Amino acid sequence: MDIQLKRGLLDVCVLAAIKDEDSYGYKIIKDMSPYIELSESTLYTILKRLEMADMLTVRSAEHGGRLRKYYHITDVGLRRIEEFKEEWKEIMSIYQFVTKEDHVDE
Amino acid sequence: MNKTEFLVRLQQGLTGLPQEDIDERLNFYNEMISDRMEDGLGEEEAVACVGDVDEIVAQTIAEIPLPKLMCERVKPKRRLRAWEIVLLALGSPIWLSLLIAFFAIVISIYAVIWSLFVYVWAIEVIFIGVALGGSFIGSIMILKGNVSTGIAQIGFAVMSLGFAIAFYYVCKATTRFVVFLTKKIAAGIKALFIRKERTE
Repeated sequence: MDIQLKRGLLDVCVLAAIKDEDSYGYKIIKDMSPYIELSESTLYTILKRLEMADMLTVRSAEHGGRLRKYYHITDVGLRRIEEFKEEWKEIMSIYQFVTKEDHVDE
Repeated sequence: MNKTEFLVRLQQGLTGLPQEDIDERLNFYNEMISDRMEDGLGEEEAVACVGDVDEIVAQTIAEIPLPKLMCERVKPKRRLRAWEIVLLALGSPIWLSLLIAFFAIVISIYAVIWSLFVYVWAIEVIFIGVALGGSFIGSIMILKGNVSTGIAQIGFAVMSLGFAIAFYYVCKATTRFVVFLTKKIAAGIKALFIRKERTE
């Protein structure tokens, strides 16, 4: 898959993983695993990028005698998910057009 | 490899990066391994799941912008003593010119590589220019009654257009190569800074 496209998709996936409730690194990877494989190092980069873009905030909370970072989605992040849904409609219609062309060729 | 070994190796690999970047990554991977262990995995297994240390190091270094890396590199690790400042000032004709020379070399390497890019695209522009100009002049010649020369002129224009189309692929490949080389060189300069720090 095109790197830029995949990067954009993964960003939205991570935002979706923290949409309903705050989550932490390992849980994000686990929640996403049935749908898409994500390595720790890639997740780190995505979380950092989303934080820089003000799409999420980070807080540390105590868990079992150690600190764990929790990620919370912001309004900007929620808006990004909505934008993605809109963009996807456009992509789907392009997809339909492309596959229709295939049929004509056959 | 157990968790401590993993984190020590990661820390060693990232030496030369800003300390806060190192700490943040160490905390992140520490948390990841701990969470996996809490989920029922053994320590070694959890470490293996997180991935190869060398790959993580390589990816991290590639992501850190070069200017940030350089700033960290030139920042003194402790406060400079008075005599060191004096020496720095006195030695400035030497180290400053060396530093400028270093950047001049880097810039000239980039210039050489990118001149290749300019060169091939210039040829492409010439082909297109000949095609457009040739067909224009050819048409005028035909209109003025000089039919045979006009047709020959248009023939050359079409030939030039053919060259332009074929040469476009050369341009594309060259551009890709130039971008690839540029990235490689940036990675090389970064590695130079990281390795220097590690051997100290």
